[in-house]
Amino acid sequence: MTSNNQVLERVIIKFAGDSGDGMQLTGTQFTNTAALFGNDLSTFPDFPAEIRAPQGTIPGVSGFQLHFGSVNIFSPGDFCDVLVAMNAAALKANLRHLKKGGTIIVNTDGFDPKNLRLANYADNISPLTDGSLDSYRLITIDVTKITKATLAESGLGTKEIDRAKNMFVLGFLYWMYNREMSFTVKFLEDKFSKKPEILAANLKVLHAGYNFGETSETAPTRFTINPAPMPTGTYRNIMGNQATAIGLIAASKKSGLDLFLGSYPITPASDILHELARHKNFGVKTFQAEDEIAAICSAIGASFGGKLGITTSSGLGIALKTEAMGLALMLELPLLIINVQRGGPSTGLPTKTEQSDLFQAVYGRNGESPIPVIAAKSAADCFETVYEACRIALEYMTPVIFLSDGYIANGSEPWRFPNADQLKPIKVEFTTELNGDKFLPYKRNENLSRPWAIPGTKGLEHRIGGLEKQHETGNISYDPENHEFMVKMRAAKVEKVADSIPDQTIDNGTEKGKILVLGWGSTYGAIKGAVIEARAKGIDVSHAQIRHIVPFPKNLGDLLKNYETVLIPEMNTGQLKSIIRDKFLVPAIGLNKIKGMPFATSEILAKIEELA
Amino acid sequence: METTNTTTPAMTSKDLVTDQEVRWCPGCGDYSILKQVQTVVPELGIPRENIVFISGIGCSSRFPYYMETFGMHSIHGRATAIASGLKATRPELSVWIISGDGDSLSIGGNHFIHLLRRNFNVNLLLFNNEIYGLTKGQYSPTSEEGKITKSTPMGSVDHPFNPIALALGAEGSFIARSMDRDPVHLKEMLRRSNAHIGTSLLEIYQNCNVFNDGTFEIFTEKSSKKEETIFLENNKPLVFGQNSDKGIMLDGFKPIIVSLEDGKHSVNDLWVHNESDLTKAGILSRFFERPVDGTGHLPRPFGVFYENNRACYETGLNAQIEFAKQKKGEGNLDALLKGGETWEIK
Repeated sequence: MTSNNQVLERVIIKFAGDSGDGMQLTGTQFTNTAALFGNDLSTFPDFPAEIRAPQGTIPGVSGFQLHFGSVNIFSPGDFCDVLVAMNAAALKANLRHLKKGGTIIVNTDGFDPKNLRLANYADNISPLTDGSLDSYRLITIDVTKITKATLAESGLGTKEIDRAKNMFVLGFLYWMYNREMSFTVKFLEDKFSKKPEILAANLKVLHAGYNFGETSETAPTRFTINPAPMPTGTYRNIMGNQATAIGLIAASKKSGLDLFLGSYPITPASDILHELARHKNFGVKTFQAEDEIAAICSAIGASFGGKLGITTSSGLGIALKTEAMGLALMLELPLLIINVQRGGPSTGLPTKTEQSDLFQAVYGRNGESPIPVIAAKSAADCFETVYEACRIALEYMTPVIFLSDGYIANGSEPWRFPNADQLKPIKVEFTTELNGDKFLPYKRNENLSRPWAIPGTKGLEHRIGGLEKQHETGNISYDPENHEFMVKMRAAKVEKVADSIPDQTIDNGTEKGKILVLGWGSTYGAIKGAVIEARAKGIDVSHAQIRHIVPFPKNLGDLLKNYETVLIPEMNTGQLKSIIRDKFLVPAIGLNKIKGMPFATSEILAKIEELA
Repeated sequence: METTNTTTPAMTSKDLVTDQEVRWCPGCGDYSILKQVQTVVPELGIPRENIVFISGIGCSSRFPYYMETFGMHSIHGRATAIASGLKATRPELSVWIISGDGDSLSIGGNHFIHLLRRNFNVNLLLFNNEIYGLTKGQYSPTSEEGKITKSTPMGSVDHPFNPIALALGAEGSFIARSMDRDPVHLKEMLRRSNAHIGTSLLEIYQNCNVFNDGTFEIFTEKSSKKEETIFLENNKPLVFGQNSDKGIMLDGFKPIIVSLEDGKHSVNDLWVHNESDLTKAGILSRFFERPVDGTGHLPRPFGVFYENNRACYETGLNAQIEFAKQKKGEGNLDALLKGGETWEIK
């Protein structure tokens, strides 16, 4: 049959199912296909902490939200247009995120009495038949049954057949959105190159889903979303943790220092370890340590030896590393500490996002212990930001904290990647000559940075440690004047980093005005979308996103004073707001969300409208 | 004298002395250990700049400041972890870890066991004085039960570690014990530790004359040393006693003391030490009874309990890097940035 074809500007699809239903894979495949087609996009995977929570229950629901369009996309979107629900629990958990009048595609087999009971539907009354979904467009397909029928003669077992049902849904959506299936076909061919019978089954089901759209009258309309107008160049799709790992390797290559990662597995940071472990041919050494403390300490050992020492974790693991971070700042060795933040405190919300470790990064050590802090604003921005973090660490001989979070770590977006020769060089020079009658390990250069003389350098044998040290000689010193001098010196060095960073710019809007929305980290996309909409409505509002938090760009204080109101949305109770108020005496106000979920654009827009 | 000889003059122990004043308490056992290390290191033929001493926290951990090599005085318990990262990335360096019973067995216990199992090629000198000295006299994880200290006025109820048995359990590949008061033996054990490829654990009984004076006296003083200690030598029978008149025999797995003078046993009946025998090393490690009045307790062994040559962590790690480079070619940054699928916007 011929369907209507409607052109849309943007669509938000949420794939939801049991954590064993393969929704992350389905979402990723649709995403990559959209990216290759030229859509702009943003994704947000949302999965349970449990590897396999009890099947059919709400805690077991795994989701993947994709926002793609022919216009610029800044966030995964607030409410979805289409909800794919593989079972009753997936519907129940996600219905509130669906727009009124939106489309629901359900697998009816996931709404049998057992699934209804597990999803806590009262009296096992199916929402598919009780009229409660009347205000939505409901597409019901017995995916399980059709998949079984499709593979009846495949010779595969029930379990393997059941696993292929996500391909049916994917095929159906490819039909619905006029997509080529070639990317997924190639993906399956690679993935199952050694299992031809599984490959054949998946391809068969994928095509069955597509053909089902074509031949059944289930969905009368197909949609076209044209490519987005993006700056010219070559793009790839990238997730935040992947961008972080690649940024680290780039910094290693451009600085000429081999990369050493000391890490202990932790959600949501482990994928950086996994990604780096794949790239040993870059001279990358990954060390899965016995604990968080050994992870950072081994990285300090590597830095002492003249390598690019890195440790990755999430807030609670960072807490364990705190003492060693203090050591690194006393030793004045370069070190990168990566915190992919998640919901806290304590074990908190392992798979959910939050920005609540800012105080920890800025203040969370004993003694006067300033460390530069830098935060990435999006998945792709992790690359450039972590590269910049490495530059600071190496040029200023200091530990640097890089903040990401679960949202951008697992989220993805198109990335116009650079060529290697476009990357700023990172200068590293080991000291090989005496800098006095004898070697002075704490004699500083114009950056207030000390010489890096690594073991193996003849004549420069010296000792460093965590005890307070005498200016220049580095000898142990308990002299009161010297201690105060050194505390101020270490702080001055970190402040000096501001000389090497760009001024704070306005992302959108004017350099002066009524409202400035000031963000940091992963709130970027939601703020960006909200400010665009507000300005379209004629509201005098601008947007700035801070990358450098310690030290701030030099012009930030003056810039903030150009606005009547400074609004700071954060996924915490107001940590940047407190720092800004303290530092600049600006009466910033907060918009705070602590729900383990990123901001919706509408939430920020509503606050802007309230202030306007 | 004019000379064309450009080889560096041989290092002497004086070349290893720093300009820092040694600040251990007068009479501390650490002085002897420092002296023996400074005597042995020049013999090893390693250029000074390729030697690194890394310590944690505690009295012993001041050690690196007194060695004119590269050094780091780090944080409590973590020297082992720092040394691991250094050795992983700079395998050519000679890395020495200086630690104490509190540093390695209490706060750093986790890193201690993992260092041993990974078998980095480093030397770990564990200064055991069975007390916390730097914090002024609390019991340590090697203090005996009932130990009265500032933190245990009624006596400690903690059961102590047996460091040698712990190291064996942690898959240590070289495990030895010596003492501060026997410079000749200590030097020999330092040489052996250095010669071993893998993690060499050398436990050194060290007297803290301020907070735990005389705790090892029975092993170190002439009057009792021969009766209370047994010095292990590879392929030699276990003989001890004032006149080398006693020996150790194995009755099944049970070690028993026999007289070599009562005509019932000769040296030929004795247990012959075999450094590569893990089972017997385990039995030897249990010669750990506290000397008490009366007879029958086993002498405390000194020497190499166990040595086994197995692969070092850093060797495996570097082999993987080389293999990956051979297989995939040296990493190309542009290819990495590009990744798999790309598209172009024109």
